[in-house]
Amino acid sequence: MQDHSTQADVDDHVYLGLAEAAPGPEGEGRWAYGTGFADPLLGVDTALPPGVDGADLAACCLMLGDDALVLAQRLIEWCTRAPELEEEVALANLGLDLLGQARLLLTRAGQADGSGRTEDDLAYWREEHEFRNVRLVEVPNGDFAHSIARLLLFATARCALYEALSAHPDPVLAAVAARGVKELAYHREYATAWTLRLGDGTPYSSARMQAGLDAVWPLLDELFTAHPAELRAGVDPAVLREPVLRSLSAVLAEAGLTVPDVPPLASVLGRAGRDGVHTEALGPLLAELQVLARAHPGATW
Amino acid sequence: MVTAEVAEAVPAQAQEDRFEAVVAAEQRIEPRDWMPDAYRATLIRQIAQHAHSEIIGMQPEGNWLTRAPSLRRKAILLAKAQDEAGHGLYLYAAAETLGVDRAELTEKLISGRQKYSSIFNYPTLTFADVGVIGWLVDGAAICNQVPLCRCSYGPYARAMVRICKEESFHQRQGYELLMTLMRGTDAQRRMVQDAVDRWWWPSLMMFGPPDADSPNTARSMAWRIKRHTNDELRRRFVDMTVPQAEHLGVTLPDPELRWNEERGGWDFGEPDWSELTRVIHGQGPCNAQRVDRRRAAHEDGAWVREAAVAYAAKRRAEQSAESGHAEGTERPATAGQHAPTGEHTEHGEHTEQENGK
Repeated sequence: MQDHSTQADVDDHVYLGLAEAAPGPEGEGRWAYGTGFADPLLGVDTALPPGVDGADLAACCLMLGDDALVLAQRLIEWCTRAPELEEEVALANLGLDLLGQARLLLTRAGQADGSGRTEDDLAYWREEHEFRNVRLVEVPNGDFAHSIARLLLFATARCALYEALSAHPDPVLAAVAARGVKELAYHREYATAWTLRLGDGTPYSSARMQAGLDAVWPLLDELFTAHPAELRAGVDPAVLREPVLRSLSAVLAEAGLTVPDVPPLASVLGRAGRDGVHTEALGPLLAELQVLARAHPGATW
Repeated sequence: MVTAEVAEAVPAQAQEDRFEAVVAAEQRIEPRDWMPDAYRATLIRQIAQHAHSEIIGMQPEGNWLTRAPSLRRKAILLAKAQDEAGHGLYLYAAAETLGVDRAELTEKLISGRQKYSSIFNYPTLTFADVGVIGWLVDGAAICNQVPLCRCSYGPYARAMVRICKEESFHQRQGYELLMTLMRGTDAQRRMVQDAVDRWWWPSLMMFGPPDADSPNTARSMAWRIKRHTNDELRRRFVDMTVPQAEHLGVTLPDPELRWNEERGGWDFGEPDWSELTRVIHGQGPCNAQRVDRRRAAHEDGAWVREAAVAYAAKRRAEQSAESGHAEGTERPATAGQHAPTGEHTEHGEHTEQENGK
């Protein structure tokens, strides 16, 4: 038992501290990226290295940044709706990681293409067809199993891609990817743990998990389909197909689930998410994301 | 009711004397210590209500998460919602040290048998509401909660230390948002004033009814659960907030607000206590909506929680088959972070504890 000596107004210094700290936003610049975490670009030279094509690098950063942004938005939709409080905390955590990646990648895209557009210019003021995310991240959440299935596919593939990108010649992309590997590894572990619980839980949960996998599996292929700009920037996601499928198959086998035998989702005139051709789900998602910013052009928030 | 003390060798009077002495000496009561049934019931009710408030409080601000007008604001708001879920976890864990469990408390919340702070029964209509909630609602919560860091019940006091630190961070973030909006466009400034007009009086009501109508205050103060009366805390909040409002450039919607030289504090008008009574009794603008959302999340997630329990049971059965002996019972496994309370849940003799309502 600890002793806690007290005076009448022992709380006062705390109140005073709060009152003094409150006025003015001074010194709060550390929220520039993320929410107080270390800036991964601290000390990284943001000049474009020789031999790196700015337009191609920007295209790659936009693809990866849009993936992270759109999936973050979907994860945010779970807030106050998660099956348990621990999952509220965890899903928000994953959303924050992805949002942090998106902000860095979009900022880099705006630097690399020479337009000087900020993260918010790119997130709030582009049209639907200008978004370069894969369709996997934009489809609605569905139930918890459906969301976990999407997360498992995305996190497994993205973790592998970030591993490869952590050696990219662009120091900024390499730094974002290096931090992203650690974050995505946790996302993959989280999704794996729930895939096992649901797959090997009750008969109902197993059926839901299988249904979730069946629904998102046709969207997996797009993660391995290289875009010409990616290839020119030295990124080839096609090489990830084998190892990622092997890893996913192992998880599903342990969970007593079946690898879905379904063809990839059809594209339109050979074009899909990376070309700005999306599902019907992206429009409403962006309308919601952008509505307030667009109602106040030029305003600062 | 609790019957554990019957089994103890120490005479009841000696236990009660010891409890009184510990409280009077400003020391902490810990979960294994003897405590009066009414003390336990008061704490369970208060900690549960506090935990419920954190969880329900995610909804009004969560309303703006998908529409936050910059990615930085979106990240700040999401981190805040995550902190609130974390606070809910610490507080439910603190309540569990008193012999109730989270599922039981959640059931009481969604069936309307336990309350949460009435402030969350108002709608968030613009993004400025996010800032005003940070500034006024979190500010009022801090005034209420800082003294709880010295509460006589150890697990609650320790949970409050961490929660207060994060709440003060939230308050500053809210204020910083409002400062940014006030430096912005006319529309943004109007948004801030409108939000202040709507949230000011409900914020004052967060301290509870006037002292004359707060019959439990004296007992809670004697037990060192509560340190200041409702009216004392309300005055402290007003004194703290008025200069901040001036610095911000907004008008607090109270024509009776004026400096009292003699007292060295601000005089202010009387909140509409009949409104507080109505909101507490379920007739606020969002009562039904808030509870319905929490209930839907709980019910929609039932099959997920059942799956986790079934999975954990299978793994335990496998382990005991391998090691040849049965494992003790465990909580269902979940992948999220568990709240570090520094206390192990004391299940057992107190499971029939009343919640004191």
